[in-house]
Amino acid sequence: MEKITSRQDRSQLLPLFLTFLKIGAFTFGGGYAMIPLIQREAGERRGWITEDELVEITAIAESTPGPIAVNTATFTGYQVCGVPGALLATVGVVLPAFAVIVLVSSALSFFSGNQIVKYAFMGVRAGVLALIVKAVVRMYRQCPKNALSYVIMAGVFIAAGFLNVSALLLILLCALLGLFFTLRKRGERG
Amino acid sequence: MIYLELFWTFLKIGAFTFGGGYAMLPLIQAEVRAHGWLSAEELVDFIAVSESTPGPFAVNISTFVGMRAGGLFGAFCATFGVVLPSFVIILLVARCYEKFRESRAVRGCMSGLKPAVVGLIAAAVISTGQTVFFPAGISAGVFTSPAFLCSAVIFAAGILLSVKKVHPIIIIVISAVLGIGAGVLFGL
Repeated sequence: MEKITSRQDRSQLLPLFLTFLKIGAFTFGGGYAMIPLIQREAGERRGWITEDELVEITAIAESTPGPIAVNTATFTGYQVCGVPGALLATVGVVLPAFAVIVLVSSALSFFSGNQIVKYAFMGVRAGVLALIVKAVVRMYRQCPKNALSYVIMAGVFIAAGFLNVSALLLILLCALLGLFFTLRKRGERG
Repeated sequence: MIYLELFWTFLKIGAFTFGGGYAMLPLIQAEVRAHGWLSAEELVDFIAVSESTPGPFAVNISTFVGMRAGGLFGAFCATFGVVLPSFVIILLVARCYEKFRESRAVRGCMSGLKPAVVGLIAAAVISTGQTVFFPAGISAGVFTSPAFLCSAVIFAAGILLSVKKVHPIIIIVISAVLGIGAGVLFGL
C-alpha cells in the first residue's frame, strides 16, 4: 500500500510529536477513547495511516502488553518515521499525562473533590461514549463482510461485554479462527 | 535505591499487563501495597482522579506513585519503566509485521482479528455506557433522573456532532461545558 510519506522523511517528526501530544492531552478514560482522535488526526488530517491499518494496529495493541495508547502511538510513529518516529510519538502521547499528574499530585484532594471538575467529566464521559460509538461504526465498515466475520463480531461482543471473558484470550482465539478458515479455504481450492 | 526500585516495579507492570487500563489494576495494587507506596484508600481515590486527567491510566498511576515515592525523578523512572516494555515489543512487532504483512498466515489471523476488535470495542461501549448512564446501577426511577437525562442529551449531542464530522476535541470540550451547565443548573 502506498503511503503519503516515506519512512526517511524526517520532516514528519515534529508533526508526529505534536499530533500525539494533542491526542495524549485529549484522551480521557484511556484506551479506546483515543481511537476516534487517531482516526481524525493521524488518518484524515495527516494521511499517515488508513482506516484499515488502524484496525490492524488496534488488534496488535490489544495482543501486546502495555497501555493501548502507548502501543498505538509507538506503532503509528514507527510506520511513519521509523524508530525516531516511534520514540517521538510515544513521548508525545505520554507527556501530557505525565505533566498533569506531576502538577496535580500536590493538590490531589482539591482535584478529586471539586464539583465543577466532576460536572465537566460527567459531560466528557457521555461525549466520549458518543465518539467511541462512531469509531466502532467506522471500524465495522473496514471488516470483511462474511459469515465468519459476523459470528466473531457477535461472539466477542457477548463474551467480552456480558460474560467478562478476557480480551487477550478472545484475541488469541479469533486469530486462530481466522488463520484456520483462511488456510482451509486455500486447501479446498488447491 | 528508590529510583531503581520504582523503575523495576513499573517495568514488570508494563510487561505483564495486556489490554491496558484497568486490566493493570490488580498487579499495580499488589506491587504498590507490598512496597508501602500507597494505601488501598489512596489508590481508590487516585482512580477517580485518573478518570478526570488526560492520558492512559497506566501512565497516570505510575507518574503519581513515582512522584509520591521519589519526587519528580521518581515519577520519571516509574513512567519510563511502565512504557518501556510496550515500546520495545511494539518496535519488534512493527518490524516483523511489515515483512509478513502480505503473508497468508498474517492475513488469515487478521481476518479473524479485525471483527474481534470491532466486537471488543462494541463491548467497551456497553461497559462505558453503564458507568455513564447508570453510575449507581439500574433501578426503578433511574430513567427519569436528571443525571440520566443530562447524560442522554449530551450523548445524543455527541452522536449528532460526530456525524456532522465535528472535530473530536471540539466535541469533548462542548461535552464538558454541557456537563458543567447541567450540573450547576440541576444541582446534580
